[in-house]
Order: sequence, then C-alpha cells, then structure tokens
Amino acid sequence: MEEQKRGVTLEIAETPFEFFTVAHLTRISNLSAGTLAELLSGLEQCSDASIFHHTFQTLSSHHFLTEGFSNDFAQWVLADANRDALAEQLAALDIRDYTSIAALRDDLCHAVREYTGQYPEFAHQQALERFYFCESVEVTLPFGLNARTLDEFLSGVKRLSHAAFYFHFISSRLRLHLGTNDFSHWLANSLGLKHLAENINRIDIYTNTLDSARAKLLRLVERERRKHEPSTIREPSAAV
Amino acid sequence: MSPVQFASRVPLSDYASVIGDAEIEELRTLAKPLAGRTVEMVNSTAVGGGVAEMLNRLVPLAEELGLNIRWEVMTGGEDFFEVTKAFHNALHGEPYHADARHFDVFRSYNGLNLKRIPLDAEFVVIHDPQPAGLIQARKNGKSRWIWRCHIDLSHPNRAVWDFLEGYVSKYEGAIFSSPQFARQLDIPQYLIHPAIDPLSEKNQELEPEFVMEVLARYSIDPLRPILTQISRFDRLKDPVGVVRAYQIVRRYFDCQLVLAGGSASDDPEGAEVLREVKGVAEGDPDIKILELPAWAPLEVNALQRASTIVIQKSLREGFGLTVSEALWKKKPVVASAVGGIPTQVIHKHTGMLAHSVEGTAYQIRFLLSHPEIATRLGEQGHQHVKENFLITNNLKRYLTLFLTLNRETKDRQSYRLR
Repeated sequence: MEEQKRGVTLEIAETPFEFFTVAHLTRISNLSAGTLAELLSGLEQCSDASIFHHTFQTLSSHHFLTEGFSNDFAQWVLADANRDALAEQLAALDIRDYTSIAALRDDLCHAVREYTGQYPEFAHQQALERFYFCESVEVTLPFGLNARTLDEFLSGVKRLSHAAFYFHFISSRLRLHLGTNDFSHWLANSLGLKHLAENINRIDIYTNTLDSARAKLLRLVERERRKHEPSTIREPSAAV
Repeated sequence: MSPVQFASRVPLSDYASVIGDAEIEELRTLAKPLAGRTVEMVNSTAVGGGVAEMLNRLVPLAEELGLNIRWEVMTGGEDFFEVTKAFHNALHGEPYHADARHFDVFRSYNGLNLKRIPLDAEFVVIHDPQPAGLIQARKNGKSRWIWRCHIDLSHPNRAVWDFLEGYVSKYEGAIFSSPQFARQLDIPQYLIHPAIDPLSEKNQELEPEFVMEVLARYSIDPLRPILTQISRFDRLKDPVGVVRAYQIVRRYFDCQLVLAGGSASDDPEGAEVLREVKGVAEGDPDIKILELPAWAPLEVNALQRASTIVIQKSLREGFGLTVSEALWKKKPVVASAVGGIPTQVIHKHTGMLAHSVEGTAYQIRFLLSHPEIATRLGEQGHQHVKENFLITNNLKRYLTLFLTLNRETKDRQSYRLR
C-alpha cells in the first residue's frame, strides 16, 4: 500500500483492521497470601493468567479510577498489608512497558523480594485480609466488523465495548510483543500514518478512563482526517 | 419456554440507556454462537430471596439473546426446607449437630426431584446446596454441570460440608460470589459476582417529589445530614454498633440516623435485637427506626437516595448487595471490611472501610467534613457498580462461562478424534 502524503485523499488498506469482542471469566486459584512472604511465593508460583488478571485485567475493570489505582497487588499491599512504600513501587509498574508476562512477573517479584529483604520484620506480618490469586480465562470473538479506511476505523472504534477497546488498546501488547497497540500497529503499517499511531500510543491509560482515552483517540483520528481534506485549514498537532 | 412464569420482562434494549449501545451489542455478539443451545437453571424457590430475584431477570434476558434456557424450581416438603435451612446455617459456620436423618431427608427429596425435573440441557446450573444432589442425573460427556454457590463456604461445619462435597466434586465447576467464599476444590472454581438490576423498583431513578414524600412520611428532615443503614434487625448487621457510631458523630455534626429493615414481628431474634436498638436509641428523636413492610423496594430506594452517607456496619456478611445498591445511587458508603464488602468498597476509591465503631464514626465525620471527597467516592462507586455488579455483567459472565465450557468440549472432542 502506498505511503500516505499530506493533502492526499487517504488510501484503502490492503489488510483490514479486524475488530474483536472479548470477555473474561475469572477463575479462582487455590493460592492465597496472608503475608508479604506468601505474596512473593504466590507471585513466583502463580500462572501467567493470574499475573495477567491482577494487572492487565484489573486495570480494565477499574479504569474509572484515575488516581492511585494500578493493580491488585499494589492495592492489597496498601490497604491490607499496610506497607505504603512497597505499594508505591508496585503501583509504579506500568503495564504498557511490558510485552511479556514473564518480564512483568520478574519485576513484581523483584520489588517484593527487595522490600522484604530490606525490612524482614514485615515479611511475615499478617495482613488484615488475605490476597486470593485468580486467573483470567479469555474468550475472543470476531465482532463482524472490519475497517479498510480511516472512516471505517473511526466508526468501528466508536462501537467497541470497554472490554473490546481495552483488548485492542492495552492487552494487545502481549499479543504483538511490541511496545504498541493494535490500533497504532495497523495505522502505521497498513495506512502509513506513523505520526498518528505514535500519538495514539502515548495516550495514558492510568490517568484516563477508557471513555476519555477513547475520546482522545477519536479526536486524534478526526484531526488526521481533516488534514487530508484539501479544503480544510490544517491544525497544529496537539499533545495528548 | 421456562416452567417458571415471569411477572415482567424487561427487554435488553432498555438497558442501553444505562450501559450504552456498545455493551448491548457485545452481549449480542457473545450470545450468537450459543443461539439455540439448551441451558437449565435449577434452584429451590421461584419467589423471595436474592437468587430468585436474579433469575427472574437473567433468564428472560438470556432467552431474548437466543439461548434455549429454562428455569426449574425443585420441590420439597417442610421437613426438607427445615433440613436445608439448618445446612445453610451450618455451612455459614453456625453450630450444628450432625443427624443422619437430615442427610436421608436431603437424599430423598433430591431423588424425588430427579424423577420430576428433565435435566437434559447442554449446560445445567444448579444453584445452592438444596438441589446439589441432582448431579446424579449427569451422564458423562452429554452435558456440562456447574454448581453455583451463593453462600460463604469459608468456615463451614465439617459434617455438612463433607456430605455436600461428595456431590460438589462430581460437578465440572463451581461458581462463587467472592474468592474468600470458595473452598479448596479439585474442580475449576469461577468467580461471578452477584448483581443488582438498575431498572428494578429498588434501583430505578425516582422523582424527587416521591423521595421527599417518603422522608415526610417518616418525619425525616431533608435539610440535615441523613446517615442510613438498610438491613434486617440482625446482630450480625450490628445495628447497635451503628447507633454507637452515630452517637460519636453527633458530637460533631447535627445529623440524623435512619435504621430501616423488614418487620421483626415474626422473627423472635429480630424482635429482641429491635428492642436492644430501641433501648440504645431511646430519647433521641433524630434516630428513626423503621420497620418496613416485607416488600417495600420503592421506600428503600427513596431512603437510600435521600441519604448523605450510607452505612453497612456488618460484623459478618455474605456479599452484601445493599452496598452496591447505595453505590449505584452515587452515595458515599462507610462499611465494614467483611465478606464481599471490600470487593465493592475499594478503600478510599469507592467508599471507606472501617473495622470498629470508632473507625466507622471517624470515616463518617471525615466524609461529612469533606463533601467533595464524598461526592467523588459516590461517583466512582457508581462506575464500579456499572462495570462489575449489574445484572448485564452477570449475564455476560454466564455467556462467557458457557462459551468457555463449549470451547473445552470442542477441545476434548478434537482430542478424541486425533
């Protein structure tokens, strides 16, 4: 497909963007933790689906919390184990930096191991409530909607549920093994809109709800469309 | 056609005004591969109680999505329901002396229902312990049987659990309302939260005039802060503790307390608790103790909507859906960190958790002093319920469960073919 140029009508992608619907079922594992030492042991032993559930999946179901909520491990360490400094370190892990669960697990374990090594007196202190390790079982289905143009892409994104938007925008990193998302990947590689793709990838999911993140994405795409309308005055690109 | 007749059917499209068109479209997409598949839900009552309330909404919605779903209710004599009530309490950890005759009664009524209920659907979901014995109808490879447990099994009476586990272990999976309610089992355990219906009388939007009318009916001043706990007059809901917390708050704020629950006239223990509460509340005209009729959803709705802060100071709790009801109405909630409450109240995000009378009083004072924080908690609480505890989420979880089981069946079949 031809590279896009400003002022030229947008091309039609050879490879369409295929929208999916996704749903998660939570499975309760037989692992739980009542102390930081047990949390570390659980983090080392639990399945990848469990790490995914308590980090990627929980951010999706708590997307409306845009201040101070990052993942279940950090929340438990804060509210039940009452260890603020460790909670901050765990909360600071940004899932967008990870393209594999193994790397995320390593960093979670490292943070807890370092802390309990430094403060061994807290390692076996009983938390108020236990932490229960769960797992996500993912079901994906084609939404029955494809996009070959920016217009079709725009209308498809508008129709996505929260879970489907999150699936394409955040959890896609684990599938792609790239530091990007399905939307940016397709816009850059199939429509040649690299700058738009980068701007979309910069949208901060931790300080936005899924609705506001989607609204920002749609605004960026609308702006791109206007750039390609010859009669329209071009606007400067805005920071996200 | 389900053997249970539904009083009213709310079309799925009505929920679009609550959750949006995209979420409705998602439900339709998930249901498409399940069109025509047979599902059977079995429980022990068609009316009264949270399970019947939930099935009354869930089954017609699943039917509208194209599933061939029916809801069967098992039958039993008084002796059966006495035994299962004793089992229920024992599974909650209350004292129970094992009696072989009880186990015989349980087996006998499950046996009778095995002959009466056609348990031939592809997906069979058995709710709670009463019909758990119906698993004997399962034929290997024909259908997928799931046990849906709505009660807290974290500290069960050993004898009752050992008896029940003999049946539960034969299912292909169990569903619990909260991870801490589950047992260590060899079968897969799934998490499906209970849910509220945003369009029911208990949760629907109300005209402000009606809310004011309810306040006037009970002589509640709308101009001063109203603290409310809606619950039975039950020691485990700690109404006396709520009054004590209010009495501490009262030193700092001119506020009122509303304790509203069903009538305790036919419940000896409830009547005793009510007497105790009236005793500690005596002489304070700002404490309103309301014995509501057995079914007064609109009044409960109005009282929750009129509240400044909703309290749920339980000593023990199941899931505690009254918390979700309050959060749905954007109310700041101060609640005990017990049972399923911390799943709904994420401390400092969707409400405040407390562990004592003093802690409850402190969190109420804090929120009365910082109304902007109270408003934010209420807003976030509403979003939390919208994402996780609505009947439409419940429906989505069941669809996902059936799709997952379906995928496993296909995997098993393709493995056999290899």
